Amino acid sequence: MDGFGGTTLRINLSTEEIERTPTDPELARNWLGARGFVSKILYDEVPRDADPMGPDNRFIVTTGVLTGSFCPVGSKVGFGCISPATNGHADSSMGGHLGPELRYAGYDLIVMEGIAARPSYLYIDDDTVELRPAGDYWGMGSLELEERMKKDLGEDFQIATIGPSGENGIVFSCITHDFGRQAGRCGVGAVMGSKKLKAIAVRGTKSLPAHDLESHWNLTYDILQRTKTHPNMAPWQKYGTAFFVGWSNERGCFPTKNFQETYHKDWEKIDGERLVEDCLVSDKACFGCWMNCGKYTRARIPGKPDTYQEGPEYETIALVGGSCAFTDINHVAYANYLLDNIGMDTMSGGSTVAFAMECYQRGIITKDDLEGHELRWGNIDDFEHFVGMIAERRGVGDTFALGTKGAAEILGQGTIAFASQAKGMEFSGYDTRWYPAQLLSYCTCDIGAHHSKSWTITTDIELGRDTIEGKAPVVIYLQHIRPLFDTWSCCRLFWGELDVTPEEHVESIRYLTGWDITLDECMRVSERVWNLNRAHYIERNGGPGRRFDVAPARHLDEPIPDGPAEGKVVGRENFEAMLDDYYANRGWDRNGNPTREVLEDLGIGYAADNLEKLGHLGEPIPGGIPKVRGQKLKPKAM
Amino acid sequence: MRIKIKKESCTGCRLCEQICTIWHYKEINPKKAAIAIEPHFPEPGIFEPKLCVQCGICAKECPVDAIHLEGEAYVLHADECTNCGICVEACPIDVLYTHADVPTPLKCDLCLKCTEVCNTGALTVVRRSD
Repeated sequence: MDGFGGTTLRINLSTEEIERTPTDPELARNWLGARGFVSKILYDEVPRDADPMGPDNRFIVTTGVLTGSFCPVGSKVGFGCISPATNGHADSSMGGHLGPELRYAGYDLIVMEGIAARPSYLYIDDDTVELRPAGDYWGMGSLELEERMKKDLGEDFQIATIGPSGENGIVFSCITHDFGRQAGRCGVGAVMGSKKLKAIAVRGTKSLPAHDLESHWNLTYDILQRTKTHPNMAPWQKYGTAFFVGWSNERGCFPTKNFQETYHKDWEKIDGERLVEDCLVSDKACFGCWMNCGKYTRARIPGKPDTYQEGPEYETIALVGGSCAFTDINHVAYANYLLDNIGMDTMSGGSTVAFAMECYQRGIITKDDLEGHELRWGNIDDFEHFVGMIAERRGVGDTFALGTKGAAEILGQGTIAFASQAKGMEFSGYDTRWYPAQLLSYCTCDIGAHHSKSWTITTDIELGRDTIEGKAPVVIYLQHIRPLFDTWSCCRLFWGELDVTPEEHVESIRYLTGWDITLDECMRVSERVWNLNRAHYIERNGGPGRRFDVAPARHLDEPIPDGPAEGKVVGRENFEAMLDDYYANRGWDRNGNPTREVLEDLGIGYAADNLEKLGHLGEPIPGGIPKVRGQKLKPKAM
Repeated sequence: MRIKIKKESCTGCRLCEQICTIWHYKEINPKKAAIAIEPHFPEPGIFEPKLCVQCGICAKECPVDAIHLEGEAYVLHADECTNCGICVEACPIDVLYTHADVPTPLKCDLCLKCTEVCNTGALTVVRRSD
């Protein structure tokens, strides 16, 4: 099959059986890859009552149709499972080189189930696929282990690892690769750890078959020459995503002190300029990318060892730097290293520590809970000690190992009001109180709160930050177009920042595969995935869907105290009105349940049958569902 | 004319490897490239492009004279090569590569395609006199 490695691996970790089958052409065409594969496989295979950390959950490693191709930039690999943070569909991706290497070894998709009898790692060297013992590696930090395995296996292996956090089941554990790229979200590292899988090592030397290679590469070659001089190229190459720290502060959406504030008065001490001036070692790119947004850095703090890490990127600076109120970029970079090596998502990890810092500020946890330590804003020693408590689940660390929602449910005392999360996953690094579409995006997102599925800060600005009018259809459009890149398994930044169009990506797919595919067809796949994930979530957690689309009280009721967004807040009435609008535009009923009409229109009528049996199928919409769901606001959005 | 390597500018994107195999073998397979990016991580945290400097030692050592000086490049002629491996061994900077599916060593022929895709100045074309 042109455009694909050709083989799917099925691995039962309990029995150590490894099965190879040709990648299913129908699965490939109807679900396109990565996020799409994950959605379909989880829906079809995972029992609805399966424990996310148990043997029946699947742990999926997957590429998409563009992975390893010459299209900009097919660097991504996806991981999928039922999330221990949200108890729903999880897909989390990362760049680097692992995805392309899998394709060059001939594999599109690896589906694992069961639990290994002993700590193991998956070894793939072209046609050789083995589960190997990882007893010597168990307990090692993610970054330390990658260095060790490169020495043990060879520099030309691409390696993904988990750290102690993943071994210990902390629900925001990540998977790390290439000394600083992470599949960070949804707790995919915790599920990998629950399978007793410490690492994945891959070497591939085969060719990726292409239908019309000359057209495929000519298209990319033209894009490459065109984008070299794009005005966004230079700042992205110099600062990467850290460029946006000042931008967010000026717009009053930079999470500060656990979202108590949205403007960090010392932001210039932790922005991209400081990062490059004080810490930069080298610029680092994912496979096939000429924008090199990765910043490899060294943190230097008197009294601590120097650390090397990739980043911090914008999200880490926001949720570790801003939300924990650091005022020194070296401290943010050092914290980045700590979380990377211990194997925690810097987004949810940073947010969870910030949430704990607010609990400490309010006297809800005290030094007695913290082994005699404090947990002060902006204190790197306190941060380091507390992260260790979480990773090893010591004392109150065991509570915060559940993330902000899980911890708030145990702590009580109204803490849930300032847990900035949706469905159990923490917000990305943008406050929402002046950005209602972003709040709607987080709270309706199928994997829990994450900007990657819909980022609307510029949409809110264009449509007016004080209004909710017209926001819902744009959120829906973004929830289809942005995750499409996770389905193709390529980086979305060339679209968002360099004006490479989605149509050009589809043209590239046509040359690669020989399919007569269109962008409309791809968008339908993306909507199909969104609806299947919604049905799956309701089937696992009960209905109606609306009761899960809940915003934290802070973002509904608590006006921003100061800064550019002073006094702003979304308000409950506005939020509920946006939800009504959102459901109507999706073809769901007022309870947030998908209707049979929309599910059948998307070719997943079986999900309607299942929801109907459970009593959670949406009521038919008088006058029918909208023919087109979602509305494009402008040609691009980040 | 030669390719100048500025390793501190290399970001490890491997577009050079990609284009090398697309151009020479009409295949997507960076492992067949005549250039390789060597990462040095976690410390010192830099990438090193490893590429032929056209010194000609391989041509002198080749027992069947399959490597010819053409313009400023020593070009390996696949139809004359016996794949004995002597050139690979002889290369003083280890930049003649091999791949199990290719019946000859992989040698840079100075096509310059890698310099066209490099966006950071890590690989640039300079004249010999520069």
